[in-house]
Amino acid sequence: MSSHTGKFGEYGGQYVPEALMPAIEELEDAYERYVLDNEDGFMDDFRERLADFGGRPTPLQKAHRLSERYDRDVYLKREDLLHGGAHKLNNALGQVLLAKYMGKDRIIAETGAGQHGTATAMACAHLGMPCEVYMGRRDINRQRPNVFRMRLNGAEVTPVTVGRGTLKEAISETMRDWATNVEDTHYVIGSVVGPHPFPAMVRDFQRVISEEAREQMIEKAGRLPDSVLTCAGGGSNTMGLFAEFVPDEEVDLYAVEAGGSSLEVDEAEGVAPNSATLSTGTEGVLHGSRTRVLQDRDGQIMESHSVSSGLDYAGVGPELANLVDRGRVTAVNVADDPALEGFHRLSQLEGIIPALESAHAVAYVEENHADLGEVILLNISGRGDKDLETVLEETHDRDVENAPEMETFAGTGGF
Amino acid sequence: MSRISAAFADGPAFVPYLAAGDPDYESSLSYVEALERGGADVIELGLPFSEPIAEGSTIQGAIVRALEAGMTPTRYFEFVEDLDVDVPLVCMTYYNLIYQFGEGGGPEDFVRRAAAAGIDGFVVPDLPAEEAEPLREACDEHGCELVFIVAPTTKGERLERIMSQVSGYVYVQARLGTTGARTDLSGRAEESLERVAEWDVPKAVGFGISTGDHAQRVIEAGADGVIVGSALVDIVAQGVERGDPAVTVASRLEGKARELKEGALRGAAANERPHPERT
Ligand SMILES: Cc1ncc(COP(=O)(O)O)c(C=O)c1O
Repeated sequence: MSSHTGKFGEYGGQYVPEALMPAIEELEDAYERYVLDNEDGFMDDFRERLADFGGRPTPLQKAHRLSERYDRDVYLKREDLLHGGAHKLNNALGQVLLAKYMGKDRIIAETGAGQHGTATAMACAHLGMPCEVYMGRRDINRQRPNVFRMRLNGAEVTPVTVGRGTLKEAISETMRDWATNVEDTHYVIGSVVGPHPFPAMVRDFQRVISEEAREQMIEKAGRLPDSVLTCAGGGSNTMGLFAEFVPDEEVDLYAVEAGGSSLEVDEAEGVAPNSATLSTGTEGVLHGSRTRVLQDRDGQIMESHSVSSGLDYAGVGPELANLVDRGRVTAVNVADDPALEGFHRLSQLEGIIPALESAHAVAYVEENHADLGEVILLNISGRGDKDLETVLEETHDRDVENAPEMETFAGTGGF
Repeated sequence: MSRISAAFADGPAFVPYLAAGDPDYESSLSYVEALERGGADVIELGLPFSEPIAEGSTIQGAIVRALEAGMTPTRYFEFVEDLDVDVPLVCMTYYNLIYQFGEGGGPEDFVRRAAAAGIDGFVVPDLPAEEAEPLREACDEHGCELVFIVAPTTKGERLERIMSQVSGYVYVQARLGTTGARTDLSGRAEESLERVAEWDVPKAVGFGISTGDHAQRVIEAGADGVIVGSALVDIVAQGVERGDPAVTVASRLEGKARELKEGALRGAAANERPHPERT
């Protein structure tokens, strides 16, 4: 292995089938040369495309009505305004471009919410690469608009039917495709998970969020925030937002996970009705790295749950898990119901319909603003258009307190 | 000589795979025993893991059935103890189950318990040589072998790294991809066999072998053994689908095992005959 060992304390590593190891070594080499050393001007090319195609930089916006509500300054980093509607493009564009520099001629990806699949499909259309996206059957049903967007951009979408049909199964299936077609195919993994070099590389592609946000904070607020918050599924927007703040010891970092319907687990059924890996998971090996995972006593991986498919994953990035163990990042969680309320609140107070994933972080601020200091930086990792069908149904089923009057929709076939 | 080395010592070895507990504990015991009657020299016994990333749909199906029927690591060791077979057993599973067992946090407890139950070796598809040190040490301590897979993509330094760690036999992956029965035989097995020709462990070829003819050709290509999984699991799956009694399925498995073993023996016999071009 190279000098970059890919270990974050005990976490990280490369737990993959032998057939993939040569490709992973090749990727390590490409990561070091193109991303870290900017060989052939790769990073310049990447940044230019992020600006012209992606619309970067994204704004930092003071949220006036939230600030008033909490009697402190709340700033929003608007990753929802990135092309595609979520932070996912930063990584997808970086990896597809890297695959091109490496001479690969096919792209595969997994997707949960469909945001990473959409971003990858867009990047592939932009760069002229064929693309196949694996997506759990259940997620396909939950995220139909995104499935259609991928198809519009020319990607194949392959349903994964094993297990509960969510992100975990989609990742396993994409790894199997990669093991079969490894010689000409690059696997664009969607978060800071998987074997080294993925966690470090994806973080470096997402780092642009905090490079911009830190500077924008100083420009707009004249100071660093007291606390920085965002949602964490695999943790890519999380690591992207935190990366530049980690050395700023006085800034508190909060990773907001999905508390689902409960933090209790059902060992007999192998189900955790949440995706709170950092809060409740234990050390294990999943999808190529050692990290915190939701597992039963034997080490079987549990089925996770969240109202937001993008957070619905039984693992988490090894670097983020290590930052939590070290006490640098605080892991917290928000359940389905308050997340839905957060969704409605940001929509009503700020005119921003957030992704359900991002709504978890919005909700955390509602409950805990008193502990978050005078200046809060909150990442809106994506916009909520993809979630409208889910929110329509869930709002109806759950009687969400601050939801708009839903009468208008009765009998329209939505639910 | 270890039990596994001995199994390869006289003639080609037939190494079948089944997932323990598929489709239920009792039937599965009788299926594994049928493999021995059919001529198995070593048996790879799968301990089912919920995320089998190296497995194709056939073995994924077996794993799902076994898990649903209640297979766990603890039950697995009881299963091994209940098995009435004399051939060496290799435990095939994924690293997280090994890592979590007992006190957790390392492979030692798992290997100790496995060795006590009668397991002779391990093959762990998601554990490359880079991460294998702790398991290697536990295996040495408890007298078990650690089998590694060499893929068609494994070259150069990686070969050396694996060679320095492997024991028992080297699992030569005949093709890229996941496990699964195929109707054709990949030409890449020969290429991979050449790369490990000088190694001082037996070479067993697996991935996609499904008939006696395949087995024969693999042995003719220079392998010391053939590994067959999905073609056998298919028989179990078919039995479940049709609702066949376990005795019927067991006798089909025994027949299939015999076909594969005989193919391997034909391959060895062909290797004995003077080569026409060379005489
Ligand atoms: C808008 C949005 N936010 C967050 C996530 C969670 O991913 P990560 O934790 O890698 O940022 C997703 C995943 O699909 C997403 O779509």
